[in-house]
Amino acid sequence: MTIKNTQPLSLRVPEPSGRPGDAPDFSHLQLDPAGVVERPEVSSAPYDMRDHAFRLVRVLDDEGRAVGPWNPKLDPDTLRRGLKAMILTRAFDDRMHRAHRQGKTSFYMKCTGEEAIAVAQGMLLSREDMGFPTYRQQGLLIARGYPLATMMNQIYSNAEDPIKGRQLPIMYSAKDFGFFTISGNLGTQYPQAVGWAMASAYRGDDKIAITWIGDGSTAESDFHSALTFASVYRAPVILNIVNNQWAISSFQGIAGGLETTFASKAIGYGLPALRVDGNDFLAVWAATAWAEERARTNQGATVIELFTYRGAPHSTSDDPSRYRPGDEHEKWPLGDPLERLRQHLTVIGEWSDDQHAEALKDAVEEVRAAAKESEAIGTLGQSRPSVKTMFEEVYATEDWRLVEQRREVGV
Amino acid sequence: MNMIQALNSALDIKMAEDPTVLSFGEDAGYFGGVFRVTDKLQQKHGLTRSFDAPISETGIVGAAIGMAAYGLRPVVEIQFADYIYPAYDQIVSEAAKMRYRSGGQFTSPLTIRSPYGGGIFGGQTHSQSPESLFTHIAGLKVVIPSNPYDAKGLLTSAIEDDDPVVFFEPKRLYNGPFDGWHEKPVSPWKAQDLAQVPTGKYVEPIGKARVMKDGGDVTILAYGTMVWVALAGAEHAGVDAEVIDLRTLVPLDIETIEASVKKTGRCVIVHEAPRTSGFGGELSALVQERCFYHLEAPIARVTGWDTPYPHAFEWEYFPGPQRVADALKSVMSGGR
Repeated sequence: MTIKNTQPLSLRVPEPSGRPGDAPDFSHLQLDPAGVVERPEVSSAPYDMRDHAFRLVRVLDDEGRAVGPWNPKLDPDTLRRGLKAMILTRAFDDRMHRAHRQGKTSFYMKCTGEEAIAVAQGMLLSREDMGFPTYRQQGLLIARGYPLATMMNQIYSNAEDPIKGRQLPIMYSAKDFGFFTISGNLGTQYPQAVGWAMASAYRGDDKIAITWIGDGSTAESDFHSALTFASVYRAPVILNIVNNQWAISSFQGIAGGLETTFASKAIGYGLPALRVDGNDFLAVWAATAWAEERARTNQGATVIELFTYRGAPHSTSDDPSRYRPGDEHEKWPLGDPLERLRQHLTVIGEWSDDQHAEALKDAVEEVRAAAKESEAIGTLGQSRPSVKTMFEEVYATEDWRLVEQRREVGV
Repeated sequence: MNMIQALNSALDIKMAEDPTVLSFGEDAGYFGGVFRVTDKLQQKHGLTRSFDAPISETGIVGAAIGMAAYGLRPVVEIQFADYIYPAYDQIVSEAAKMRYRSGGQFTSPLTIRSPYGGGIFGGQTHSQSPESLFTHIAGLKVVIPSNPYDAKGLLTSAIEDDDPVVFFEPKRLYNGPFDGWHEKPVSPWKAQDLAQVPTGKYVEPIGKARVMKDGGDVTILAYGTMVWVALAGAEHAGVDAEVIDLRTLVPLDIETIEASVKKTGRCVIVHEAPRTSGFGGELSALVQERCFYHLEAPIARVTGWDTPYPHAFEWEYFPGPQRVADALKSVMSGGR
């Protein structure tokens, strides 16, 4: 028998720091304190700011004060609007999640813990710009005042569903609100956002695009194609990576998050990268404003990793207690985005417990009123658009097959 | 003009008259494409109107979808149809569904040009005919010209169309008609009437077939290179065949097909793609559904085989005029 002098190989499969029954463990995270990461000039060469892909831009400290060079110094009114939009987003999510449990819809997805991202970015950018969102940016529509009842009409696929019962409940389309039609095939909208931004540049317009992708979907080829195109053609686009730690049940290490940060993936493409506390409304705002200025001054794209935690299940079809420690979200070291902005507003004397209680009450009332309006039209199965519409808008003009098939259905 | 010049002319004219039209793809800018279809467009219309793209079909089509949503009319080149698969998700899940899923808020009026088909010793990765993968998808149009005149008119229509169009160019026909007799010399396009291409703008409608040859005994349905093979096969068999060039698979000109088969009572379908689940299956079903009581023989299919496209056995794989003639004779004698 021959004895080999090589060791047998072994396959590594990454595992998260905790599973159900374990105590949450975040000791591996390297989190910069608020205020310590420098703010580079918007015109900085990506090469000169590589550290930013590994640091963490934070503005709000543990006491709720806004500190450091990234403080966007927002006026209290803007801060209050932001907080109220986040509160409203959470109230909306809670109501729709319950609606699913009551059998009023087939599906829902909450963004609990991630509200600061869509709300801050939705408030900051113009509706003329185009957002290419995932299904966890409902806060963008809510922050911009999109009618809640219209969102619910889609969730219920009722007769007033703006997209006529054709899409999953949370896959909104709202062109006038700078909200592109959502795809369930993840990552596909990244190159589309780059193309949209390229078109604006090609036409000599001043609009920019912003897009979001989850940590898990950065493994899709679309992500890498998009970064190549954004870099090569210097597209005016903001490329967000929402690292919420979980892609359904797969932790972020499965997408490569243990090997390096998601922000650092930008470095190989020659793009500037910022890694940002996604639960810090002010930090999200400041980083987005930096990227926006870069894009609007024709200096191209920025990659922003928004470091956050998906508090809720992936969707109503998911049970996170099967794959992660039950209280992991409560122990998330970067806290809750609503509570942190509330604390900040309170510290600067622009918010009180009474105001907060009233805002919560107002939000619940607003959602309830919208639900009443929408449910009067009908919930899933109680009401729906005309079946005839099923055959419409497949093409700009109907072809004979669709005419024949529509007749076969008898409509 | 040959087919390359005709396609180039369509692009040139559309780019000159409409600033929202731009063209890009691998090697499609400075060099003008490996088949030269986009030749000199960059020099004529500028660097940002016709440019090179990274080797990333996902990125090319994905970016084009975003551009189309913005209000442009991008025309992208996928260098070979065999390379369209990486872009499949963007074409099928995104471009095709955009209007429908957004309730009409967003549209995707892009044109995806791609040389396709065999007969050039291209092996497995330069010879395929993937059209049925696209005809199956709601929301896409699929156009395949067979001659320079139609190529120019149909590409112009495709660019102006408000839906995403997959435009397959039979690369075996780029420089001249090919009747499948590979051992015989190839004639140039200039000897053909359909190569008399006007230099100005004109359109050929998407969704309308062309009757290439009237006949009374049997209808041959073909598209792309196979139109010329069908004509040669009919001549070889000495059968009075009516040869229909479908030109557009989606939307399909069912009226022309139905009228012809009802007249002749027989139908032979010819395509290069493998037989199973090929577009011929759909054509056969449609003819059976609509013309059953007029048929005097079973419908026959002449197709590529259900194997990957082989290199050394190209002429055994390629559906040539002999196989078409055999099918015609079989159909004329009442089928197998």
